[in-house]
Amino acid sequence: MGETIILEVARYSPERDAEPTLQTYEVPFRKEWVILDALNHVKDQMDGSLTYRWSCRMGICGSCGMMVNGEPRLSCATFLSSYAGNGNKVRVEPLRYFPVVRDLVTEVSDFLGKLKTVKPWLIPQEEPPLTQEFLQTPEQLEDYKQFAMCINCTLCYSACPVVGLDPKFVGPAAIALAQRYNKDSRDRGAEERTAVLAHPDGIWGCTFVGECTRVCPKHVDPAGAIQQYKVKAALEWVKKLVMPWGDKDRQTKTEDVHNAAA
Amino acid sequence: MLPHKAPAYTEYHPRWYRPRVSVYWWLGQWQYLRFILRELSSVFVGLVVVMTLLQLRALRNGPEAYARFQQHLRSPGVVVVSMLSLIFVLFHTVTWFNLAPRAMAVRMHGKRIPEWWIAAPNYVVWIAASGVVSWLVLR
Amino acid sequence: MDTSTHDLLLVGGGGAGLRAAIAAAEVDSKLSIAVVSKVYPMRSHTVSAEGGAAGVVKPDDSLDEHAYDTISGGDWLCDQDAVEAFVKEAPLELTQLEHWGCPWSREPDGHIAVRAFGGMKKKRTWFAADKTGFHMLHTLFQTTLKYDPITRYDEWFVTKLLVDDGRVMGVVAIELMSGKIQAITAKAVILCTGGCGRVFPFTTNANIKNGDGMALACRAGAPLKDMEFVQYHPTGLPFTGILITEAARAEGGYLLNKDGYRYLQDYNLGTPEPKPVLRCMELGPRDRLSQAFVKEEQKARTLETPYGSVVHLDLRHMGEKVINTKLPFVRELCLKYQNIDPVTDLVPVRPVVHYMMGGVSTDSNGATPLAGLYAAGEVACVSINGANRLGSNSLPECLVFGARAGKAAAEFCLEHEAPHDRVLTQARDERQRLEKQFLHKSGGKERIATIRTEMQKAVETSAGIYREEKLLTEATGTLGELQHRFGNVMLDDRSHTFNTELQSALELGFMLDVAESIVQCALARRESRGAHQRTDYPARDDRSFLAHSLLFRNPDGTMRVEYAPVKVTRWPPGERVYGQAQEHPTEAKDEAKQDATLAPSRRAS
Repeated sequence: MGETIILEVARYSPERDAEPTLQTYEVPFRKEWVILDALNHVKDQMDGSLTYRWSCRMGICGSCGMMVNGEPRLSCATFLSSYAGNGNKVRVEPLRYFPVVRDLVTEVSDFLGKLKTVKPWLIPQEEPPLTQEFLQTPEQLEDYKQFAMCINCTLCYSACPVVGLDPKFVGPAAIALAQRYNKDSRDRGAEERTAVLAHPDGIWGCTFVGECTRVCPKHVDPAGAIQQYKVKAALEWVKKLVMPWGDKDRQTKTEDVHNAAA
Repeated sequence: MLPHKAPAYTEYHPRWYRPRVSVYWWLGQWQYLRFILRELSSVFVGLVVVMTLLQLRALRNGPEAYARFQQHLRSPGVVVVSMLSLIFVLFHTVTWFNLAPRAMAVRMHGKRIPEWWIAAPNYVVWIAASGVVSWLVLR
Repeated sequence: MDTSTHDLLLVGGGGAGLRAAIAAAEVDSKLSIAVVSKVYPMRSHTVSAEGGAAGVVKPDDSLDEHAYDTISGGDWLCDQDAVEAFVKEAPLELTQLEHWGCPWSREPDGHIAVRAFGGMKKKRTWFAADKTGFHMLHTLFQTTLKYDPITRYDEWFVTKLLVDDGRVMGVVAIELMSGKIQAITAKAVILCTGGCGRVFPFTTNANIKNGDGMALACRAGAPLKDMEFVQYHPTGLPFTGILITEAARAEGGYLLNKDGYRYLQDYNLGTPEPKPVLRCMELGPRDRLSQAFVKEEQKARTLETPYGSVVHLDLRHMGEKVINTKLPFVRELCLKYQNIDPVTDLVPVRPVVHYMMGGVSTDSNGATPLAGLYAAGEVACVSINGANRLGSNSLPECLVFGARAGKAAAEFCLEHEAPHDRVLTQARDERQRLEKQFLHKSGGKERIATIRTEMQKAVETSAGIYREEKLLTEATGTLGELQHRFGNVMLDDRSHTFNTELQSALELGFMLDVAESIVQCALARRESRGAHQRTDYPARDDRSFLAHSLLFRNPDGTMRVEYAPVKVTRWPPGERVYGQAQEHPTEAKDEAKQDATLAPSRRAS
């Protein structure tokens, strides 16, 4: 491995450019450096106008998503050493399928809007007093915990071709977060979320490409969340067809989580 | 102030760049190509079903019709299509069985069961059924 | 120029900010509430907190014990009335968060699980695996989506507080997306901008922790309190500074020097036992552990690496199952950033700047002396943490004081009129200043990164774990020079659109002010207490310094330090004792002389 590595970074300034171009920087190659370290080196020492988002540098805040050699990655969790052999060049571009504001900064308000439509908050039947918690066993916690790990980095949106082709598709992370609440034993809001989810722009827009799960840095498995909901939604549809008068059981779950009588 | 080369920019109103998604997006990475081929395999599944229905119809129309149909099946074009169909149907089956566990979160003793517990029975039934049919046809 | 106006404005959208917004919305749903944050709220640094949040829930625990642990942990610099309110409300706030969906880890019967933590006598730390802050922040953020009165200004950078007639009337902020600079007026402002770890070169803190709120308040005329108290967390990964949570020690990890020896036993922290003992050894308070590291380093018993000296955190005896259940994120971080598996290898760690005990001076309702200005969370100093914060007190602090400040500020809004339009001239002046000093400036020759690195070096050298007069005095000179050089800074980026270089420059300006306040307060406090250790004044001096340092900015830009008394209610100052010694009956009896005035413990209700 050489002493330096070449970064090809997408640059776009709406005040100057009609479209993005690639700019090359030669940066020191250090085995403990991640892409973010290289970008910071450029910004601090070489070109202060290079623009990108970052914050925690430990893969938990979700700010630093970028396309690195065509793959959606977190720049703080992607080591330069992975690219040293590759002709010593790394291409860094803004996350795909999002509008580009500047250089590597994308516009994410569309994702946040979609997130809000799935009502990603707890909708309990009735809140116990503040001296008591809802009871929830470790097994019940396991049911939804994986989907609660989402850091909203939107790498899954950049991996999903449906997001790119259909702007109205709700998208992997939003549906996974809806499922996080649907499967939370304390939640009773599944019915309220159905309209948005069991919809052509919701789960039925997904064709199970599976890329979202592959690129997720937190192993949330949004594709799994969506397919599981498809099974559930299909069964609900059949139930409604066969028993149109409604299903009392849908209101109660087998475990009585309000039994906080201690 | 910077000279504004980009004609669409007005001060404090930046124009976001929205790249177009190419019609050939699915050639961009092999995971996408594999996905499209997987989806395409359904066409071949349909084709096999149609061929089977035609075969049944020929059977119903008597031995000459059936013999003509068999002749038709031996033509080089149909053989090629049949081979292709076989490959795609196998691909379809394997990808389906491997992905099925992802749609089912089954828990035992608090932990999620391994994926192959769901995939394996599908394979077993498939191979067993294929074995039975083959025996019926080839004896 | 464009303006918008709201009743209540929050600067910062992390744990404290979002909790305050919800509290205000619940006081009166007709209040219009703005959350102005320089990053999207789920990027706030609350997200990286790992270990847990303390709240008394077990029947064998009591509020008084949590209060005593906090007060003794803070070396008696805590305001005890605030601590009493804090320990009482903490479990209620944590339960409220649970009602909102926070995925707390549980016992097999479904109740909340608690674990041991540093400096705490009983197990009372609630946790969500080892990503407590992440789950808390996302629960809060997702809950705020329900409240229509809350308007979010995402990626708006506040540069100045608008003050008129001795009252805060809003802020001037840059909309990063477009570069537009405008005023957002409000009847009250709550600062929830977090701490200032990036003033130091080696910190667990994210890039966004630049002490923005502290500088904004100081420049507006509100005093800063106890700025000299900077917490070094004993276990950070070398080079990156990534935090390895105290929970790793609470679950049983050992700290070993280069001879594989559990060195903490040499520093009055008890005797080593195979399982963790509360308030002993590795579960001692953070300031004492970090100081022990420095002493080991002086004795040449630490290991040398290219990134400084380290000691080892040993988790191997805990087994893979425990590590995967209780510390999965720790394992992930070690593997990824150090290429080390804590199940089989020793983890190199060293003390790293983590938390700022000091901050904007507030009372226990989050109100500063400046009318209309409130503060909550790490940016504020109430003070419940005193001279040293105990682990797992900071997350409930955000919730308790976020809620209190939100409520108090909402009530202030209901009682006061809207701001005058007069303040808008200040906003116009601010816009001109920014354009003149940065965007349109020509001829400057300093790079931001150079000044920042020199500032960090000066602060680390003078105001690190051990301090002394000569270095502190030199540092005030260096920082003064850097302030001057900052006036000559040159930006490469002159664009309006998402100008992060301008943002970095403004953040550097804030950090220089905060750095100066830290050094001035450290220089003035001629004693050693908690996290502030002076080699030239090694003893604690309650006679002269059982007081909070209050730092004011003079009209000419210089700073002065005054002192204000600490509120002592039921726990007169005593010795901080850690280790098994406190268990020993005769020794406890000597302590009991001081404990005589302690009220009998109450059972948790």
